[in-house]
Amino acid sequence: MRAFEYAAARTPADAFARTTPRTAYLAGGTTLVDLMKLGVVEPDAVIDINGLGLRGIRLDRDGLRVGALERMSDVAEHPVVAAEFPVVAQALQASASPQIRNMASIGGNLLQRTRCGYFRDVATACNKRQPGSGCPAQTGANRGHAVFGTSASCVATHASDLAVALVALDARVELAGPAGRREVPLADFYRLPGDSPQVENDLRPGELVTAVAVPRLAFARRSTYLKVRDRQSYEFALVSVAAALDVRNGTVRDVRLAVGGVGTRPWRLPLAEQALRGKRLTEATARQAVEAGTADARPLAFNAFKPALLRRTAVRTLLALGG
Amino acid sequence: MRITFTCNGRLTEADGVWEGESLLYVLRERVGLPGSKNACEQGECGSCTVYLDGDPVCSCLVAAGQVQGREVRTVEGLADGDELDPVQQAFVEAGAVQCGFCTPGLLVQTHDLLERQAQPSDAEIREALSGNLCRCTGYEKIMDAVRLAAARRAESAERVN
Ligand SMILES: Cc1cc2nc3c(=O)[nH]c(=O)nc-3n(C[C@H](O)[C@H](O)[C@H](O)COP(=O)(O)OP(=O)(O)OC[C@H]3O[C@@H](n4cnc5c(N)ncnc54)[C@H](O)[C@@H]3O)c2cc1C
Ligand code: SF4
Ligand code: FES
Ligand code: FES
Repeated sequence: MRAFEYAAARTPADAFARTTPRTAYLAGGTTLVDLMKLGVVEPDAVIDINGLGLRGIRLDRDGLRVGALERMSDVAEHPVVAAEFPVVAQALQASASPQIRNMASIGGNLLQRTRCGYFRDVATACNKRQPGSGCPAQTGANRGHAVFGTSASCVATHASDLAVALVALDARVELAGPAGRREVPLADFYRLPGDSPQVENDLRPGELVTAVAVPRLAFARRSTYLKVRDRQSYEFALVSVAAALDVRNGTVRDVRLAVGGVGTRPWRLPLAEQALRGKRLTEATARQAVEAGTADARPLAFNAFKPALLRRTAVRTLLALGG
Repeated sequence: MRITFTCNGRLTEADGVWEGESLLYVLRERVGLPGSKNACEQGECGSCTVYLDGDPVCSCLVAAGQVQGREVRTVEGLADGDELDPVQQAFVEAGAVQCGFCTPGLLVQTHDLLERQAQPSDAEIREALSGNLCRCTGYEKIMDAVRLAAARRAESAERVN
C-alpha cells in the first residue's frame, strides 16, 4: 500500500477544507481499505468522516430518512424499516456478511466500487481504474458482468443490493459540499459508463453523501428483494429483483420493479411496470411484462444466461408478492 | 501515529503505527495478540473477526486510525482466566478444529450469535457464520459445536435461575 496521511474531520467544513483531487473519505472502510491494499485506489490522504454525525433512522409524513453513516446492520434490523420497506431490509440482509454489515455504512454502500476482477487486479488493463487502458472484460471473463447499460468502454455491474431496492422506491440522496446542499434522485445520481467509466456518479469534488430519503409509499409494505447467486449466502448477485406491488382483487394498481447484478447501474424496469398496471396478475401477464421490460438486454459471451434467469426471477418475485 | 484503545478490557497504546496498518496487524504485530488470524486480508474469510465496540467486524479491513478511543475484544478476551468460554469448550469437544486457522474468527462470531440469539435454528447458525470460511472441516462439526455451546449455555442459565 502506498503511504498516505490519515486525518479525522471534525465538521463537514473541515472535511471540505481538507479535500484535494487526491483525498478520499473513509466511512466503514470495507471498500476503501480493501482497494487501497490492492493498490487500486491510492489517495495521498484519507479523511475519516465518522465523527460527522450523519446518523439517524427516522420515519415521518414524508417518508424514511437514513443518515449516511448509519451501519448496514442497524438499518437492516430496524423494525420500522422492516415493517414499512421490507425490500430495503431484505436487500441489506442479503448483502455481504454479518461482520461487514456491522462495519459498513449506507453512504459507503451506495458508493462501493464494482467487483469486476480486472478492476481489482492492477496487473491488467481497465478503463475504470486507468482511463484509456482498455477493457479486457469485453471478451474475457465476463460471467458476472452487465447486460444493460454497457458500452464499448466498460461492462461492469454496479454491485450494491441496497441501491437496487432504493431505486425501485424512487429514493433520493442528500448531498453536502463546499458549494452547499442539494438532493438528487438516486437513479440519476449514477452515471452510465459511456466512454468515461471512471466517472461513476454525480458527486462533485469534496461532496459528501449525508443521507438517503425514501418517499412514503404505502404499498411498499408489500415489497421484497430476491437475490440469486452462486451460493445461498455471502455472495454478490448474479441477478436480483426488488419489487413492490399494489394489488387489489387480483388487479395490479401500481408496481415498482428494479433489478441488480445485470446493470452498469441499478436498473429500473419502467416498461415492465407500465405493462403491468391495470392488468390482472397472472403468470402470463407477469411474464409478458417482464419480457417487454427486458427486451434490450445485451448479453456477453459468458453471461448469456442472465436475461432468462432475470426474467424467471422477476416473475417469481411478482407472483410471490401478489399471492 | 499513536493510537490508544481498550483491548480486552485493558487500556492499550500502540506507538509508531503506520497509517496503512490494519487493526488486525496492530493486534498481531504490536499488541502481541496473534489469536486473530490473517488469511485473505480482504474481508472474505472472517478469520480476523474481533469485537469492535461490541459488534464483530473483520479487523483486516479496519484502518488503524479507525480504532482510536474504541473498544476491542479479541478471541484472547473470551476465556475467563484459565476457564474457557462455553463456546471455546464446545469447539474443542465437538472436534470442530482441524488446522485451526478459521477457529478464532468462528469463536468470536459464534459468541456474538449466542449473546443475541440463545437458541438459534440451524438456518440462523448458517446465516450468522456465512462470513466465516473454513477449508478443512466441511462445517458439520462446527454446526455441532455451536449447537453444543447453545445447549451448555441454556443449562448453565437454568442452574443460575
Ligand atoms: C467480502 C465482501 C462482500 C460483499 N458483499 C456485498 C454484497 O453482497 N452486496 C453489497 O451490496 N455489498 C457487498 N459488499 C460491499 C460492502 O457493502 C461495501 O464495502 C460497504 O457497504 C461500503 O461501506 P463503507 O462504509 O465500508 O465504505 P468505505 O469503504 O468507507 O467507502 C466506500 C467509498 O465511498 C466513499 N464514501 C463513503 N462514505 C461517504 C460519504 N458519506 N460521502 C461521500 N463519500 C463517501 C469513500 O471515499 C469510498 O470511495 C461486500 C464487501 C466485501 C468486502
Ligand atoms: S468492465 Fe469496466 S471495470 Fe471491468 S475491466 Fe472493463 S472497464 Fe474495467
Ligand atoms: S483475514 Fe480478514 S476476512 Fe479474511
Ligand atoms: S479448521 Fe482449517 S480452515 Fe477451518
